[in-house]
Amino acid sequence: MADFNLPENSKVKPGKVWAAPVGAKRVKRIEVYRYDPESGENPRLDVFHIDLDRCAPMVLDALLLIKNEIDPTLAFRRSCREGVCGSCSMNIDGHNTLACTKAMEDCSEVIRIYPLPHLPVVKDLVPDMTHFYAQYASIKPWIVTQTPPPADRERLQSKEERSKLDGLVECILCASCSTSCPSYWWNGDRYLGPAVLLQSYRWIADSRDETTGERLDELEDPFKLYRCHTIMNCTDTCPKGLNPAKAIAEIKKLLVERQK
Amino acid sequence: MNFQTPLARARGLGSARQGSHDWWQQRVTAVALVPLSLWLAIHLSKLPAMTYVEVLQWVSLPWNTILLLSFIFLSLYHAMLGLQVVIEDYVHNDWMKIIGMLGVRLVTAFLALSTAFSVLRIVFVESHG
Repeated sequence: MADFNLPENSKVKPGKVWAAPVGAKRVKRIEVYRYDPESGENPRLDVFHIDLDRCAPMVLDALLLIKNEIDPTLAFRRSCREGVCGSCSMNIDGHNTLACTKAMEDCSEVIRIYPLPHLPVVKDLVPDMTHFYAQYASIKPWIVTQTPPPADRERLQSKEERSKLDGLVECILCASCSTSCPSYWWNGDRYLGPAVLLQSYRWIADSRDETTGERLDELEDPFKLYRCHTIMNCTDTCPKGLNPAKAIAEIKKLLVERQK
Repeated sequence: MNFQTPLARARGLGSARQGSHDWWQQRVTAVALVPLSLWLAIHLSKLPAMTYVEVLQWVSLPWNTILLLSFIFLSLYHAMLGLQVVIEDYVHNDWMKIIGMLGVRLVTAFLALSTAFSVLRIVFVESHG
């Protein structure tokens, strides 16, 4: 059966409290999930107080300030700091989003930061994305054709054909949507999840790809696709404002359409 | 030790090439049940004011018999598909899953047959008695 309680060794205990810097006027309380598998201890929730007058506005800026000046052992992923790379996805204030594009101003009084839900934790805010990436690789996220490209030019696509990819190619694979989906929590070993299904639809909808039928064949499965129950957490949480639920609905529509 | 690659694990046993039929049937039965449930609810609300003989006669009217039987088969088929989804979602133990799936089918089939039999008995036996 699905586990609805955390196992005993995953229960989060209270952690260290780091006091506000002396002389700080605008203090922000930030609580961060900490876990070090090598310590053998349970995860804990550390409390940091930071001086907003010494910190840039985003949640990622606060995490960098904590790592640079308070606790260098804090582990998290980050790279582009502008919502393009998808590295710093985490659960902030109960919502999966990107730390770099989430302003502290838009968060609650106390900002609580956890890793993406229901993935194995490597350390602190770093989840293990191996299976997520393997699922992405499994849908063959590249163009597959039989016809050779024209000798004198690239494969052409009209503006209308290209417009069908709007809202799909913007996905940065941060996994915020997949890890917000209860179906992915309970059946993530087999269910592909909203991010990978949106990427799959990105190739199904591409006018240049010649394997639409094979791609649909691969998805027609009670677990790979039909664990989606239109819960819509994916669309609600996507930090890029995309609609994975709609992409999944389009796949289901095509599967019905090809039987008519 | 498990030396399978992450990709092999993600691919698993591959696609079952089915699922669309059940998914579509669940939607179709859901849509059909909207007017049927409304019709049944309206008539059930009138039951307390009716006598036993009047109810038997109401069930025996051809349209009512047909709609009642439609409601029985559609709602139980819909329930079967819905319970199947719940089992697929939450039951991960192979044996419990097989027993659950078979149980749901047998119980809903039994309910469909017994309720349909009850309606037909009223139509062909009781109302003539």
